[in-house]
Amino acid sequence: MRKQLALLCLALGVVCSGWTQVTIGGSVKDKKGRPIPLASVTLKNSYDGATTDSMGRYSFQTTETGAQLLVISIMGYKPFEQTIIIQGTAAISVNASLAEQIDELRAVVVSAGSFPAGDAKRANIMSSLDMATTGGANADITAALKTLPGTQQINDQEGLFVRGGTGYETKQFIDGTLVNNPYFSSVPDISQRGRFSPFLFKGMVFSTGGYSALYGQALSAALVMESIDMPERSEVDASLSPIFASIGTQQLAKNKKSSWGVNYNYTNLTAYFNIVKQKPDYFKTPVFHGGDANFRIKTKNGIIKYYTTFSKSDLGLRREDIDSSYLKDAFGLSNYNWYNNLSWRENLGNGWKMQAGTGFSINKDDISQHVQDQANADKQFSNAVFWMRDKNFMLHNKQIAAQARLVLEKRLSGINNIRFGSEYWYSRNNISYNDSSYVLPDHYKALFAESNIYITNDLALTVGGRLEHNSSIDKMAVAPRATFAYKTSKDAQVSLAYGIFFQKPENSQLRGNDMRYTKASHYILNYTKMTRLRLFRAEAYYKKYEHLVKTAPEYSNNGDGYAKGVEVLWRDRQSIKGFDYWVSYSYLDTKRDYLNFPERMTPNFAADHTVSLVTKRFFTSIKTGFNFTYSFATGRPYYNLQQQTNQKYRIADAGTTKDFHNLGFSMNYVPNAGNPKARTNMVLLASVTNVLGAQQVSGYNYSYSGLVKSPILPPAKRFFLIGIFLSWGVDRTDDIINNNL
Amino acid sequence: MKAFLLMLTLCGIISVQAQSDKYVQAMQQKLALFDSAKTSADLQSLSAAFERIAEAEKTQWLPYYYAALIQARIGFSDKTADKDAIAAKANALLSKAESIEDNADLCTVRNMIATVQMMVDPMSRWQTYGAQASAALQKGMKLDPNNPRLYYLQGMSLFGTPPQFGGGKDKAKPLFEKAIALGKAEPAKPLFPHWGLAESEKMLAQCQ
Repeated sequence: MRKQLALLCLALGVVCSGWTQVTIGGSVKDKKGRPIPLASVTLKNSYDGATTDSMGRYSFQTTETGAQLLVISIMGYKPFEQTIIIQGTAAISVNASLAEQIDELRAVVVSAGSFPAGDAKRANIMSSLDMATTGGANADITAALKTLPGTQQINDQEGLFVRGGTGYETKQFIDGTLVNNPYFSSVPDISQRGRFSPFLFKGMVFSTGGYSALYGQALSAALVMESIDMPERSEVDASLSPIFASIGTQQLAKNKKSSWGVNYNYTNLTAYFNIVKQKPDYFKTPVFHGGDANFRIKTKNGIIKYYTTFSKSDLGLRREDIDSSYLKDAFGLSNYNWYNNLSWRENLGNGWKMQAGTGFSINKDDISQHVQDQANADKQFSNAVFWMRDKNFMLHNKQIAAQARLVLEKRLSGINNIRFGSEYWYSRNNISYNDSSYVLPDHYKALFAESNIYITNDLALTVGGRLEHNSSIDKMAVAPRATFAYKTSKDAQVSLAYGIFFQKPENSQLRGNDMRYTKASHYILNYTKMTRLRLFRAEAYYKKYEHLVKTAPEYSNNGDGYAKGVEVLWRDRQSIKGFDYWVSYSYLDTKRDYLNFPERMTPNFAADHTVSLVTKRFFTSIKTGFNFTYSFATGRPYYNLQQQTNQKYRIADAGTTKDFHNLGFSMNYVPNAGNPKARTNMVLLASVTNVLGAQQVSGYNYSYSGLVKSPILPPAKRFFLIGIFLSWGVDRTDDIINNNL
Repeated sequence: MKAFLLMLTLCGIISVQAQSDKYVQAMQQKLALFDSAKTSADLQSLSAAFERIAEAEKTQWLPYYYAALIQARIGFSDKTADKDAIAAKANALLSKAESIEDNADLCTVRNMIATVQMMVDPMSRWQTYGAQASAALQKGMKLDPNNPRLYYLQGMSLFGTPPQFGGGKDKAKPLFEKAIALGKAEPAKPLFPHWGLAESEKMLAQCQ
């Protein structure tokens, strides 16, 4: 009985599971009819299925019956589903055509005109560490960016001079808000460093043209920087060199939801100037006090970040007066600057994101200049010698700036999205020049929107625009922008960009009647081929300037100009193991009629050809990295413009400076590299600019008569730096290793 | 009546048994292919087969584990593969497995996937994926300090790191030895991961 029962059950079981096998087969293709290999074909909730072969074909057998769901899926395509009815033994054929799924990893990157830098970006060209280890750049963001094409090798004034644009045509943004004073205050003929360390940022986009509609008020270029989120660990840092000393800490909460940090630094060049003689006579050697503080709090789906930095500096220097062999010009500058940035980024859910930011800064410059005799006593001049009288002046400029900005982003179907928002900047300049003073308030309002539209993974479009209004000129402007990108192969793409950019005249230029926006139109064609360790990028552009500010014969917007050029960048980390180099070349053809120019001419900050070669190599055996940067630029024009009786200027003298050469070198020794147990982590740094001692003439200063001209030279041929950087708690040296494994 | 009830109960038991036999059989059949699969196409197809079993069962972590492990293997061996896409696929499989049961073997695959992603561009990816890889090992050791594969992977990581950076053969050797000792002591469980012993022995020979 029992035996029979068991047999019966077995029979039942067999009947239940069924023996009939049905073959299911077919082919899987994309919408263009190309076969898709390795797609997974599954009969849902069964073990049965197959993977397509190289011809996109599949075939498998199943014992399932009735209505079943056939699912075909592969990364990069939308899954295909079809219900099939399995009856009897007839073979079933299902051919599928899969639609491409547009996703961020594969899609073309809309990037004409811009260099993604920093660490966060997928297509980054330069990391924070790259900036810090660029030979001769001394961890200055601007100096490092000057090795990229499109920039000029200007070293007698600060700023990024991009594609025939002046320094003030490039603006810097941190977490969305404008930085009003990104550099330490100007000293005539001596370029100053930027105020921010590259390590503050996780991502940067340096756009040398055609930048996003999210930003405005820069005719030529935008440097958009995104600050880091939570630090990795708590640490204490210190650094020491003959020039500066700093100490600081960064504390991360145990739950890693919040952090705070403070730093203090002190720079004093007295000892350095005693050893390395400077051309100007510093009667007050530069002294800087700086401090910064930050906190970061993680919110539900976002982060709130606050960063503040304060600095105070003092310096005074004397140079020979150009109009007299026994007089001297004594220039003094004291500055204080306080910068604040509070931002809040939040993922609101349902495809919405928010980025809010506020900024507040105060900058105060007290500048004085006195003509002095051999005994350093101030000299006064009568009105008859006004060219000498005007060299004695006192200038106080205090700027208060506040901003607020809100950007909302909505994800549309696929990875398409739209961003829109508004910003408001307020600034108030209190300027006093000798006995006269004036106040200049300005309200700037803007509305902007931009949308990324992916037609396929290979074809994308970004369109946007801005509506802007400045109260000080009381003008409205509409600035449309568009970029189009097409992927020509897996690693290569072509992009086109177009945009109109407006910028309010500088405050000192707001003297004419009915001043209006200066305007630039950009047209850019870009080709980029990027593999994991190699990058080739070529870009051609045309930029048209309109309504540039003229200061003579009277203040007006009657200036104009153009810039056009070709740029190439090649970076290679592949050919020689452990060796990293990049080469950039820029050709620039630009002319403009602005300020006191009598006609359209090439400005003194534009060289025809610029080349940079950056090399880096870290030797693990001696734990030392060696970095060389060589920059070359053809000579730049210089002019002596003399005012005529009709208020117009004429070219009294002109010429071209000699070619510019600069070889920068730095080495960093990391004794505890790779030792994760080391308590103290240390980097020893040595760096020198202009190793070969080339004479770097930036232009010429002319006497009032025009009979004497003297070259503008850096205060010393070379700048040397040695320093020790210490950190306790977190292994900074990881950074060095990471870049060299 | 009694007999009928008995029959029904028996029938029930047998059918459950049949279901589970089907799973075991399918797994054994696929695992047999595991060592013979050579090309990326073979491996992809095998990973897809494990994924089908996983999706049909929904309560077994092992088929998800093998599907992900094979993805990691493709990531290491196939030079032309899109490593980030493979990692995305593998991590999705691992997350499903973890929701069934979180264990040290899943951590080993997380470690391998992070390593694959790091190798795409070690210079810039070390910080993110290197940290992920070591975090996976640490988590695994917390879950099961006696899993030999964790020590094998840790040994591999040190073996590949230059001595100047705290790696090298000397540092890797004791880890391979530990992996071998633990591997030999590991009780054999059908369908469960058992790899690592031969690999560790091979690496230990290179450390001598």
